[in-house]
Amino acid sequence: MAFLLGFHRPGYTTMQAFIVKRLLTLLPTLLFTSLIVFASIRLIPGDVIDLMLSQNDISTGQDREIIEAALGLDKPIYAQYFSWIGAVLVGDLGRSLWKNVPVSEQLAATLPITFEMGLLALVVALSVAIPIGIFSAMRQDTGSDYIARSFSLLMLAIPSFWLGTLVMVFPSVWWRWAPPLDYTPFLEDPLKNLRHMLVPAILLGLSLSAVTMRMTRTMMLEVLRQDYVRTARAKGLKENVVVFRHALRNVLIPVVTLVGLQAPLLIGGSVILEQIFVVPGMGSLLLEAVFQRDYPVVTGVFLVVGVAVLFINFLVDLTYGFLDPRVRY
Amino acid sequence: MKASPETPMAREGSLLAVRELSVSFRSERGQVRALDHVSFEVEEGETLAIVGESGSGKSVTALSILRLLDDAGQIDNGSIEFEGRDLLHLDEPSLRHIRGDRIAMIFQEPMSSLNPVLTIGKQVAEPIRLHRKLPWSIALEQAAELLDRVSIPESRHRLKDYPHQFSGGMRQRVMIAMALACRPKLIIADEPTTALDVTVQAQILALLKRLTKELNSALILISHDLGVVARYADRVAVMYGGRIVEIAAAAALYKNPQHPYTEGLLASQPSLHSTPGERLQAISGQPPDMANLPPGCAFAPRCHYARAECRASRPPLEPVAPGHERACFGFE
Ligand SMILES: Nc1ncnc2c1ncn2[C@@H]1O[C@H](COP(=O)(O)OP(=O)(O)O)[C@@H](O)[C@H]1O
Ligand SMILES: [Mg+2]
Repeated sequence: MAFLLGFHRPGYTTMQAFIVKRLLTLLPTLLFTSLIVFASIRLIPGDVIDLMLSQNDISTGQDREIIEAALGLDKPIYAQYFSWIGAVLVGDLGRSLWKNVPVSEQLAATLPITFEMGLLALVVALSVAIPIGIFSAMRQDTGSDYIARSFSLLMLAIPSFWLGTLVMVFPSVWWRWAPPLDYTPFLEDPLKNLRHMLVPAILLGLSLSAVTMRMTRTMMLEVLRQDYVRTARAKGLKENVVVFRHALRNVLIPVVTLVGLQAPLLIGGSVILEQIFVVPGMGSLLLEAVFQRDYPVVTGVFLVVGVAVLFINFLVDLTYGFLDPRVRY
Repeated sequence: MKASPETPMAREGSLLAVRELSVSFRSERGQVRALDHVSFEVEEGETLAIVGESGSGKSVTALSILRLLDDAGQIDNGSIEFEGRDLLHLDEPSLRHIRGDRIAMIFQEPMSSLNPVLTIGKQVAEPIRLHRKLPWSIALEQAAELLDRVSIPESRHRLKDYPHQFSGGMRQRVMIAMALACRPKLIIADEPTTALDVTVQAQILALLKRLTKELNSALILISHDLGVVARYADRVAVMYGGRIVEIAAAAALYKNPQHPYTEGLLASQPSLHSTPGERLQAISGQPPDMANLPPGCAFAPRCHYARAECRASRPPLEPVAPGHERACFGFE
């Protein structure tokens, strides 16, 4: 195996070998994910044919068979899966059952939007959670610590769709201001784009920050009790240096893992907030596709989500090695 | 300087003078008195060994000197004079100037006392950069020389290594290099070899002793094992239940112990005079419960010589010979 991956060939660093190895181990997971998604979407009661027929007021058994055959839904489910996966492996995700456009085109249009939203939310989450977590730990059991912890509890308890609805409704009632809802592509007008995306991204980021903040605080308190922190203090270092040079990296190791585990939450939250704030991202695409039982679109979105989650965890592993010298690739 | 050697004033010129130090900890069982009126001096360049069972208050003594007790610990009484200044009345910034520069500390656990995510070079160079205000490049240069002095091979290459790439003994050498970095006047080594193999122990202690001698630094060498420190100490203080029960020049203490506990410790040590196969005597009974000390001498429950007097009141630490003090009503 090591030989096949070129571990010891000159020109390959162990880092590159690690990346190749990790990517290869992702394949079976992806295959398994696709199987689950493919099956589960077809288990939702009510199928696409019924929907199409009811919308068009035609209901003869003959029409049903024609449509089924046209969409390839007359074959047994395993046959459908194999023809689908066969196509996926050569880069064809199929076509939307309703719109007759390639799924890959729809994904290409929506994925960057959701990616931007997720990235913004992550930046918000980390820049709220980590400083407040550190601050809270350094001021353990003081008033500001309690305020910070209550805030994080609140963020944990309030669902972001509810907060999103509040943000939509109350400012418009009170100040006749509402968050802008007209989407502009980032490349067209970055400022206008951000004005629209920032509100949902902040809401999503805040809801993600809660757990990360608590984790940062707990880990910081834990790390500040370690022997090596006492060694650092015995050198005569200022508390700030002790915290930022000696403790923080040790704290971030578990925090980064947690952030990776939150990736599905990030994507899930994005689906809901996109809906509220009319962001034409993958979340909106998915929701519409589920309502319409547009199987290829749903499976396509989930495939992308699956790849994204695995990829984020892969990034987490890389970060881990960067933060912790004990990790060897 | 002016007073005669018999009076306490004679130690006015001591490098470190700990006087009547009492420390207690908040715990679930209420305030626990960990140190009870502990007094001792350390002269310039001298090695004082502090010996006692686990829980007798050795680490608390060491941490109090650098004011590094955790939040639960509180200094109730006493003074700690170092180079003429009372450390207990210094503010944090002044204390930081002393820590790592004038007084350095070596801890018991070499595995956990070094930061796992910082390079050895950075950790050894850090006090030099901090206290000498030198740029990292020069501080690292000096760190490499320090690693040479503690016999770490290929020191220059190893600056970029991390603690997990060193064995326990090597890490303790790194800790020693770090402690010596600013040529402190006093080094406190809290059980520096307890976590190490017996074969490595002697090497580390010999190295520590040699380097402190070269720098003319004083050394407080803490150990739970009277036998281990015998060869390195000028004077020995024996602690029991948060108090010093005997303190004397090393030779006098080994030859002529004046406290039953010291006597017991010596009897449980293999010595040059003991014949092979001879049974060593362990002190019977349990170490005292610090949260619940008896009203009299803390050692009385385990002492063969204990009398009614010993159980009723605590014997004070008093001279029995010049430079030889003990806390005992007498057991001859
Ligand atoms: N962090 C702490 N919290 C509560 N009590 C402590 C703490 N550290 C030490 N003590 C108390 O002080 C006593 C002496 O501890 P220590 O100085 O660590 O002993 P040792 O001689 O083994 O170094 C212990 O028996 C314990 O009761
Ligand atoms: Mg100890």
